[in-house]
Amino acid sequence: MFRRQPSPLPGYGLTLGFTISYLSLVVLLPLGFLLLKTSGVGWSEFWRYVAAPRAVAAYRLTFLASFIAASLNVAGGLLLAWILSRYEFPGRRLVDALVDVPFALPTAVGGLALASVYAPNGWIGRWVAPGSVVGTFFGPEGVKLAYSRTGVVIALVFVSFPFVVRTVQPVIQMLDKGLEEAAATLGAGRLRTFVQVILPTLLPSLLTGFALAFARCIGEFGSIQYMSSNLPYETQIAPQLIIEHLDAYEIEAALSIAIFLLMVSFVLLGVINLLEARARRFQAA
Amino acid sequence: MSDQTSTSTTRFVRVHASDESGIVKWCLIGLALVWVGLLLVLPLVSVFAEAFSHGWRAYWSALSQPATVAAIWITFTLAAIVVPLNCLFGVVAAWALTKFEFRAKTLILTLIDLPFAVSPVVVGVMLLVLFGAQGFFGPWLRDHDIRIVFAFPGMVLATLFVTFPLVARELIPVMQQQGTDPEQAALTLGANGWQTFAQVTLPSVKWGVLYGVILANARAMGEFGAVYVVSRPIPGEIPLPLWVDTLNSEHKGQQAFAVASLLVLLALLTLAFKSALEHRQRK
Amino acid sequence: MSIEVRALTKVFGDVPAVERISFTVGAGELIALLGPSGSGKTTVLRMIAGLEFPTSGDVLIKDRRVNDVPVQRRNIGFVFQGYALFPSMTVTENIAFGLKVKKWSAAAIAARVAELLGVFGLGEFGDRYPHQLSGGQRQRVAIARALAPKPDVLLLDEPFAAVDAKIRQELREWLVRLHDELNLTTIFVTHDQEEAMEVAHRIVVFSRGRLEQMGTPREVYEEPVNETVARFIGVMNVLELLVRDGAARLHELSFPTHGVADGQTLRIGFRPYAVQVSAHPGEFRYPATLRHVFFLGVLLRLELVTPAGLIIRTRMTKEEFQRLGLVEDQPVSFNIREYRVLARDGAALGTEVAQAHQAPNFAEGI
Repeated sequence: MFRRQPSPLPGYGLTLGFTISYLSLVVLLPLGFLLLKTSGVGWSEFWRYVAAPRAVAAYRLTFLASFIAASLNVAGGLLLAWILSRYEFPGRRLVDALVDVPFALPTAVGGLALASVYAPNGWIGRWVAPGSVVGTFFGPEGVKLAYSRTGVVIALVFVSFPFVVRTVQPVIQMLDKGLEEAAATLGAGRLRTFVQVILPTLLPSLLTGFALAFARCIGEFGSIQYMSSNLPYETQIAPQLIIEHLDAYEIEAALSIAIFLLMVSFVLLGVINLLEARARRFQAA
Repeated sequence: MSDQTSTSTTRFVRVHASDESGIVKWCLIGLALVWVGLLLVLPLVSVFAEAFSHGWRAYWSALSQPATVAAIWITFTLAAIVVPLNCLFGVVAAWALTKFEFRAKTLILTLIDLPFAVSPVVVGVMLLVLFGAQGFFGPWLRDHDIRIVFAFPGMVLATLFVTFPLVARELIPVMQQQGTDPEQAALTLGANGWQTFAQVTLPSVKWGVLYGVILANARAMGEFGAVYVVSRPIPGEIPLPLWVDTLNSEHKGQQAFAVASLLVLLALLTLAFKSALEHRQRK
Repeated sequence: MSIEVRALTKVFGDVPAVERISFTVGAGELIALLGPSGSGKTTVLRMIAGLEFPTSGDVLIKDRRVNDVPVQRRNIGFVFQGYALFPSMTVTENIAFGLKVKKWSAAAIAARVAELLGVFGLGEFGDRYPHQLSGGQRQRVAIARALAPKPDVLLLDEPFAAVDAKIRQELREWLVRLHDELNLTTIFVTHDQEEAMEVAHRIVVFSRGRLEQMGTPREVYEEPVNETVARFIGVMNVLELLVRDGAARLHELSFPTHGVADGQTLRIGFRPYAVQVSAHPGEFRYPATLRHVFFLGVLLRLELVTPAGLIIRTRMTKEEFQRLGLVEDQPVSFNIREYRVLARDGAALGTEVAQAHQAPNFAEGI
């Protein structure tokens, strides 16, 4: 495994040794202990915690909201990546830099900021709040953007905002304009060219972006704290449930759900690696 | 799509046959700007609006209260410990993984990515399992009167885990792409391993290192979930993101936004740095 | 400063890249390692430098076995194919690097760098960074950097591959002049036979990890030891003949059997200059049509087609072409003055060589 092909460059043993030691100490050992501790819970207990109705409701919201958020980001991200790499317009560089805000901004601050805009008294929330013109149209309750399932989706769209843009953008930049010109000479209109020629080449990167965004959403906690009302069965997501169990000193329940989330994340990581490997092959071909 | 584009303004003239018509183009740009505006710009602006809603004086008093000053100090100390460690790891790991060929390479690369896949809350739980009262080392730590979780060391460990891959991830593709020819050239000229690394490799990847450090720094200063689990909301003993949360849950909205505005400024600074670096590299 | 390699072998995984190569380079010689890509020539060069480690066999520099001497202490100068200039250092810093590492005094370094910048015509570029230089300039910086610590041997890996055709010609002439001045033992790797012929004193021809022939440019061109060398160096017409009725024949052409029995094959090769052409049908032994004339400058390349469709390549000067009064598409006659026997009995040939000749009416070369 670790036998290298001979190289005149020195430092192999030292640097690889340090890499593996640090990796083990910071990442692998703690994760190992987490698994070890959970194995003490016992299978039936573990299953009882993981499959509890509240937990199932929390996963459902987590996965569903993550799926919707990642899908919205596929559409928005494709649009943004397209205009950023194809068009010149005033403020383009600023928008390009702003895309990374969710990477640079602490997610808790992101949630707080979103809540201030989408809460019933916020700049946008007030237009759909109960009693407002648009809100009344939807019924006496109006539309709750924050502190609701919609709020969870908005928060997740925010935190996973950059992924699709950043995976698709380089692919659009490297697109061979010749392909589009060829399609044009063959009589295809722009819409047909986009759907039949451009979109298929972007598909692998769109998928990768989707998977990265989805994986990011599954684990999100900070921003949800502010955008969800944390009501069990209604707006509570899985990490919030873990915290609730911890606060109630139900360590085993917290552990079980944590392990379950961890497994889902690992599976997703595997899928992402597979997708990226496939995308590379696709580009190489 | 219609080919009958307006020629009344130069902006709407198509330069290439394979461009969209001007109307479509500007509609797409408008739509994208609305999307960015609703999700990114408005919330950021709103933070400042709320922070200054009670005037400059209230803003300043929120920032100058002892608990805020302590939070700033804790946040910077956290970053000052965690970022250099992960930076060292990133550089060393990038050398081992890009300058040599061995079979376990892909496995190690995947393991380095692991922390990206772990929910911050799970990271916190993991540390509780190790160092909490009922954790593996809990009894031993209690006997020796050492506190890790619900104290500063726990925050350090949580942040260390969460920012673990950032520098390595930035550096590995850069060093991969540079190959080993410059290093081999240095060897043929008589340089030893350290001279080769310090004088040839490091200078050529310094921007990549800086880039990774900036990202890791932003994440280290802003981590919430993992630190939330391993700390108690005691004013003066928590970093900025948790202090914002504490203020908010005590319904001190304006103060919470004032402190949050600091983190927004930090994020904007990070992005400015980042795009300056990218601009530099493109040249 | 002689260099010797003895039974040098390198295996990557299960794939033998270099198999039992031995040759000696005398002090002050200028040697080309020539072969197609993947023939193992670069691997041999890197093993001499100490950048690659032999699976078996020995490398000797100045009669001393250096297998266990690390690259840093072999005192070689190595020029990489992509030059591998340090991107974060100026030209001056690049050239000074090896001297700093060897702890020369600041004054000695400054003097040596100034001297090299002068010799290499780089005086005004000392403060430039590699990305601000042209390909030819980078190439000269790379050689200057390799020469700065006064190495015993200069090794160059495809030194001219990365520059365009016109500069390549200048650099070749410049390398020859440089070698004349320094008289430093020099080995360079190339896949370009013309380059090897023009620059080197002696050429080592490689093919699929094996050494095929070592000799002066004249020797490898005029006396190739086998078909591989013959076909790699210069243009060669190759014919596969079948022996029957006391002669080796292919369509209307016939040659002596060279001891090959009836029903077996004989392969021969001949250079374009060995073909005599006349505008008068019947003057020489074989009839043909002059199908194409390619103007290469002073020299012309002619393509003849025999009635059976065999293509024969030949060359002549413009003057001779005009003297003979040749025009395209006219009937001519030709004769083959000299040829070399490449192989007796096709059955003994390797499959790959045999496959390349499934079209027996096509005489080819490079």
